[in-house]
This record gives sequence, structure tokens and C-alpha cells, in this order.
Amino acid sequence: MSVMAHATAAQSGAGEATAKRGGWTPYWLLLPGLLWLVVFFIVPTVQLFTVSLQSQFPDYPGYYYRDVNVGNYATAFSQFLGHFGRSLFFAGLATIFGFLLGYPLAYAMAFKAGKWRNVMMICVIAPFFTSFILRTIAWRQILADEGPVVSTLKFLHVMPENGRITETAIAVVAGLTYNFLPFMVLPIYASLERADPRLIEAGGDLYANGFTTFRTVTLPLSMPGVLAGTLLTFIPAAGDYVNAELLGSDISTKMVGNVIESQFFKVPGGFPTAASLSFTLMALILVLVMVYVRRFGTEELV
Amino acid sequence: MTTTTAARRADVAPAMGSPLQRVGRWIGDRFAMIVALFVLVYLFVPVAYTFAFSFNNYKKSNISWNPEGSPTLKHWQDPCGAIGVCESLGVSLKVGVIATVVATALGTLIALAMVRYRFKGKASGNFLIFLPMATPEIVMGASLLTIFVQGFGGIFELGFWTIVIAHIMFCLSFVVVTVKARLQSLDPRLEEAAQDLYAGPIETFWRVTFPLLLPGIVSAALLSFSLSFDDFIITSFVSGNETTFPKFVYVSYLRGIPAQANVIGFSMFVIAVSLVVLGQIIGNRRKA
Repeated sequence: MSVMAHATAAQSGAGEATAKRGGWTPYWLLLPGLLWLVVFFIVPTVQLFTVSLQSQFPDYPGYYYRDVNVGNYATAFSQFLGHFGRSLFFAGLATIFGFLLGYPLAYAMAFKAGKWRNVMMICVIAPFFTSFILRTIAWRQILADEGPVVSTLKFLHVMPENGRITETAIAVVAGLTYNFLPFMVLPIYASLERADPRLIEAGGDLYANGFTTFRTVTLPLSMPGVLAGTLLTFIPAAGDYVNAELLGSDISTKMVGNVIESQFFKVPGGFPTAASLSFTLMALILVLVMVYVRRFGTEELV
Repeated sequence: MTTTTAARRADVAPAMGSPLQRVGRWIGDRFAMIVALFVLVYLFVPVAYTFAFSFNNYKKSNISWNPEGSPTLKHWQDPCGAIGVCESLGVSLKVGVIATVVATALGTLIALAMVRYRFKGKASGNFLIFLPMATPEIVMGASLLTIFVQGFGGIFELGFWTIVIAHIMFCLSFVVVTVKARLQSLDPRLEEAAQDLYAGPIETFWRVTFPLLLPGIVSAALLSFSLSFDDFIITSFVSGNETTFPKFVYVSYLRGIPAQANVIGFSMFVIAVSLVVLGQIIGNRRKA
């Protein structure tokens, strides 16, 4: 096993080293895909930015003209700063819980599962195939006032008679944690699987204490996976509005995604505000990601 | 590897420590596995709920269990019985197939360029591929909405094709990452050997690189289909009046969700898992 891992590592090194100069060939290979990304990702993002600075014709709601209306950002912030904070906070909590649940699962898959490894792998991916909206609705039913969780907690007197979980922040964070958990598990598993088990054994021989081995050998070896997993959880969680909509309450648990969605589709003339909120969210996340990757990261992102 | 460690520990463990310590060690050895099994159960609880509620003889909305007349097989006997549910499934499948084919083709070409060639601008290319994965879906949905509504000279009308365009865009990066990983683990000397044997670059690709790359391409395609099939947020921004399956479920949740949605959701789960298991079995046979 480890020999194979070693061999593939050596090969991939060789693969990079023998990458050849190909004149125009690589550019032709890249052209269609990157063109697609430029036209349908970069250009729309620029458009989003221009919309975020547009002004509305006073007498025609829903019609905008080109402007440099920085006031849109001021309005967006003064009204929705709380939603921003809540999004980052909820997404941060979901990432931490996802890590606490996901790491042992990835670890068990990589080192303890033996021949059950593939079965566990399928089990992690399988829930994905039931629509994410359906599973979130199922959580709403599970956590509902008459549902099994609340009844059990009330029966055990852990929860007061009038207590509830749905429509609270707990339900939203639980939903976010659940929905993005596989994105945490798979990259961590991939990096643990690639790690040479002999290193971990050697760590065990040196430190004897399981926890020390884990902290000084296993965890650092899996850092690329942890980095990828936390980002793949945090980013979608911060922009999500489905969990807050289906599991949260009308006011106190709404996230920035809910505001963006309703400004675009329900508030007449909301386009510039929604665009400035979206653009800020994107910029904020990019900055966070850059800082985070610099701090913990590897040279290559993809 | 793990078995030898476990065996060695088992040899040493009884010699040292009190029974209490031994119990502690036993749990310590299995701690990860115990947590893992709990997490797997947790992952499956909502799936089980979805399955159970497909037998619910619901009244207005399939949210609370109606003991009268449940469980019933009637929704399974008539999976298209609710208005719009099968139409939306059809749209999702069509979008998924088109987006997967295009994204897999374009993404594989990018991965080949990135791994096999040295060229100027590689870092910027990598960054461009990374960007969509580092952007929340809602931002991509919002950007595409603004450009489809206000930009491109108004040639795009929100609907089926705007959904397809958006799905190709966000699947592309995931295809590149998946195929790249496979490509990096391939020995480039095999291709060199083929060229030494006077195969042209195109022949080398189809007869050597492509067959070796195929498992990576297949998993990229599966990934991109499941991302596309399950996407809700971007789709809800760019779909106009077109309804995909996740959008159907979300919209009908507000008005009264039919149990047929559970039937279809759970069937997709069974089909997908069977395909994955089948793939694993075939893969294992090939290796043997």
C-alpha cells in the first residue's frame, strides 16, 4: 500500500518535471474551456459590479441607468450588516462542526476501514443523490415541534415544554453542517489516503501516545485536505439561503443570501442593493480565502 | 499496514496497564470508527425520512404523517401523478446530460494542457479555474442573472439554455480538478514509449492516454452530473419560468409538496448508488 503511494508520488513528480513545451498546443487545449469561464464567469462578475453602482429611474421602478452610485453600498451595509455577520458566523460554526464530525470519519475510512473502505466511501457520497432540498425538508420534519428530536428532549426534560428547534439558529447551523459535510470528508480522506502510513507508524513508535502522534504527524500530513475541506464547507455555507429559509425563522435567522434573493426577486428596484451585497460577499470571501491559504496553504490551489 | 500496528499494540497492551486503562485503549483504538459510524447514520437519517414519507397518505402537503391509510403504495404506482413533477425531472435530466458532456470535454482538455505542458500564463489559468470554486453559488447566480437580463445585447432569455450555460460553467472547474488528479498519477513515460514506437500525437492520445485517463473522466462526469442535477441556488437565479426538479420541490414546499417528489428523490438515490456499486465491482474485476 505505502509502496504504491510512494510510487504514485514519485510518478506525479516525474509528470510535472517532464511537462513539455508545446508551442501553441496547450493554448488550443485551454481555449474553449477558459473562454467559457471568461464569458460566463468573469464578464458576469464585472456586470454584477456595474449593476451594484447603478441608479434607478425615479419614476420607473425596475429600470436602471449607469451611474457610480456608491450610496448603494452604504445602504446595503447600514441595513444588512447584521445579515452579513450572521452568515459568516453560521458558516464558521458549520465549518467547525463539519470538521469535528468529518475528520474522524475520513480518518476511519483511510486507516481503520480495511476492505470496508469503498463501502464507506459510497455511504458518504450516496445521500448526495437524494435532492438537497428534499433532505433539508426532511430535517425540518425531524426537528419539528412534534418531531422525534424535540419529543425526546422534552421527555428527558432537557428542553422546556415550550422549547423548539426549528425557527432557531440551532436548526440553521445544523442544516448547514449536514448539507456540506461530504465536502469536508472527501478532501480530508484524499489527503490522509495519500499520506504514507509508515510515517504515522513511526510517529506512534516515537511518541507512543496516540494523541501526540495525531497532533504532530497525522494532522500536519492531512493539512492540504483540511484546508480544501474547510473552504469547500465555508464558502457555500456563507452564501446559502435554503437552510435559513426552510429551517430558520422569518426574521432572526435570515442570512445575507436570503436578503440577496429577496432583493432580486421580491423587492421592486432591489437590483443595485442585491448586486452590491453579492459583490461584497464575493470580495470578502476571496480575501478571507487568500489570507487563509497564505497562512496554512500549499503553493498550488487546484 | 494498520493490521500490523494493531497486532503489535495488542501484544503489548495486556502486559501494561490496569483493566481500566485497557478499556480506555480499546475505545481509543476504535474511537474514530465509532464516531465515523455515528456520522454515517446521521448522513442517512434524512434519506430514510424521505423514503418513509413516500408511503405517506398525506392530505394537503407531505410534511406531517397521516396515520390513516398509511403506509400506502399509491405514490409509487403513480410517480408522475402530481402536476409538473415528471416534467421538472425531465428538464433536470436533460440539463444534467448536456452540461456534463460539455463540461467534461472542455475540462479534460484544460487538465491535459495544465499537466502535460509548460507554457506562459499557466498560473493565471489555474487561478481562473480556482475562482468559480471559491465563489458562493449565490454570487454566480446573481452575476449571471444581471448579465442575462441587462447584458449580451439581450440575446439570452432566461430558461432552459441559460440553466445549461450556468451549469457547464460551475461544473467545469470540478472536472478539471478531478481529471488533473488522475493525469498526475499517470506515468508520462507510457506516452513517450508510444511516441518512440512512431505513434503520432493523436494516435498516442486515443490509444494510450485516453484509456488510462478514462476512470478519471468517468468520475468527473459523474461528479458533474450530480452537481448539476442537485443544483438549486444558481438555477433559481437563471431559470426564468423553467422548472428543474430541485426548484419544483422548493416551490411546492410553500404550496404543498406531493409525495411523488419523495418517490423520485429516493429512486434517484437508488439508481445512483447501484451505478456506483456496479462501477466498483467492474473496476475490481478489471484489477483482478
